[in-house]
Amino acid sequence: MASAVTPPAGTPRSTDGAPVRSDRSPWNWLLLVPIVVPLLVPIYNRVEPTLFGWPFFYWVQLLFVGLGVLTTVLVYRATRRSPADQAAARAAVTRDAAARTTDDRTGGH
Amino acid sequence: MDGVNVVELTIVIVFFLIVTVMGFVASRWRRAESLMHLDEWGLGGRNFGTWVTWFLLGGDLYTAYTFVAVPALMFGAGAAGFFAVPYTVVIYPLVFLVVIRLWSVSHVRGYVTPADFVRARFDSPGMALLVALTGIVATMPYIALQLVGIEAILKAMGVEGELPLIVAFVILALYTYNSGLRAPALIAFVKDTLIYLTIIVAVIVIPVKLGGWDAIFGAAEEKFSAGTGAGVLLPATGQLGYATLALGSALALFLYPHSITGVLAASNRDVLKRNMSALPVYSLALGFIALLGFMAIAAGVTPIGEDGNTIVPVLFQEMFPSWFAGIAFAAIGIGALVPAAIMSIAAANLFTRNIYKEFLKKDATPKQEAQVAKIVSLVVKFGAVAAILFIDPQFSIDLQLIGGVIILQTLPAVALGLYTRWLHRGGLIAGWFAGMLAGLVMLYNIPRLGPDGTVVREHFGGSSFALSKLGLDVASSVYTGLLALLANLVVAVLVTVLLRAMKVSDGVDATAESDYTAEREDPTFRDLPDPLESAPPGVAGERATRR
Repeated sequence: MASAVTPPAGTPRSTDGAPVRSDRSPWNWLLLVPIVVPLLVPIYNRVEPTLFGWPFFYWVQLLFVGLGVLTTVLVYRATRRSPADQAAARAAVTRDAAARTTDDRTGGH
Repeated sequence: MDGVNVVELTIVIVFFLIVTVMGFVASRWRRAESLMHLDEWGLGGRNFGTWVTWFLLGGDLYTAYTFVAVPALMFGAGAAGFFAVPYTVVIYPLVFLVVIRLWSVSHVRGYVTPADFVRARFDSPGMALLVALTGIVATMPYIALQLVGIEAILKAMGVEGELPLIVAFVILALYTYNSGLRAPALIAFVKDTLIYLTIIVAVIVIPVKLGGWDAIFGAAEEKFSAGTGAGVLLPATGQLGYATLALGSALALFLYPHSITGVLAASNRDVLKRNMSALPVYSLALGFIALLGFMAIAAGVTPIGEDGNTIVPVLFQEMFPSWFAGIAFAAIGIGALVPAAIMSIAAANLFTRNIYKEFLKKDATPKQEAQVAKIVSLVVKFGAVAAILFIDPQFSIDLQLIGGVIILQTLPAVALGLYTRWLHRGGLIAGWFAGMLAGLVMLYNIPRLGPDGTVVREHFGGSSFALSKLGLDVASSVYTGLLALLANLVVAVLVTVLLRAMKVSDGVDATAESDYTAEREDPTFRDLPDPLESAPPGVAGERATRR
């Protein structure tokens, strides 16, 4: 069944030549925080403490935006591929773009 | 021309002309050999980087609905309207891991729509048809909603009649036909620049003019203390509805065809991951936009002709000099054009791939596909104009919420399908029917209440379903979409167990496990025949053909 691939180090090839990869990482659990916290309405449905005249209910929910950014950035950075792998992806983008564009444009981006 | 604000109108028309030129020129941007392929016309070459994707998805997800209907809801209903903020916070961590799997499998197999994926994954043209139909039906009111934004600014500027609306949409339809997804991607730069400019100025200027944030929240507190007594907070009975609406809307957003179009147009997985962190900048702007509703209360704004959607344009008119109000109106107007274009492209892709090619002309060439999609995008836009001219736009936000309820019913096939094939294709179809039926019956039984508690409209009055109607002894409401999804999942699981016990075949999976984690540089099936042209080769066949 799906989602049964284990993540060996590097990117070894399976029998058919496709790279075996995985998205699994303990860091992914962090993503639960910004999903659960904004849904716990009773903990923030109040006026005090206010900030610059804003009731708690409003400013704290805008703060949750920052919480979401922080956790997704953390997870992204912690699970990021090696610079060489990222360069390979960029090279593939350029390669495909060059294959698609007309002759007068092949030189540049 | 009596009563028309000439300065505002001139500025709006100038910006409209600029984006029209950009819309047509876009066909030459990152030019491909030919636009007559769905990968090009419908997905912009599948090659957008981080910045373009940020503007495209931002322009796509945060629409004129944002600018007009959310503050209108805050103006009319208070704190409940702020659900848009937790909704757009929860969404990105929720789909962070999901969209990259969808991107990878679509990249490897060349899928253009979510229904392409469902067809191959579950070996089920029937379920794919249901996904396509649901997507098209849910998108139509969403496009109509964009027109409501344009209508609101036209009313505020004193422009009468439907003609300007029709002209704007005809021009939009023509450059979308011409340039495909490249047009909204390019115009989104203008849209978002104008929107951020407007928001920053509004958040600085308006509170100063109104006597500070204390005065703004104070005015809202006074208005809403009269009814439920909850003031600027949620009443105790409204909290569950708030959280479930935020969660349900978040689950629904990336099932919409136009969101998936934006995702598949990205050039690689890292582009999407980075955008999950960068897109919340729009959510922050959305929070401030929502509070324009309270600013309108403090400023004593009265909507034009009882159309609540006009409060933001009227507020801008009262607070800003004409020239800046014109810029703000242009932001709303262009904010309507970008998503409307992407939505019509997404609906056209669905029709072409999963109805036309699947059932009407199986041997269609890529060129014919692109031609059909272009024509369908025109039809979809004219349908939306017709809908807005004949349906009461006051209820635009509810139309969108109904669309959210039905699009959620594709979650088991599209989203769960990215992780597991355990659900049987027959179970998915049965679940879809159960969820749709439950959702529509519940929506039919929701009345709209006036401010004094009397029933204004008996049916389809909203999307929050009172639990007391299910015999539960509580005063809370829950978002209908989640309840309908629950019914969907229960039926899908039961029917799956039944079909497996009866040993009914669940077809062949035309995807391989490694497809879901593929990166841009990995080999793809581009050069092989289209997956819809032949029966799925299955895992054994794949091994042989894979490069």
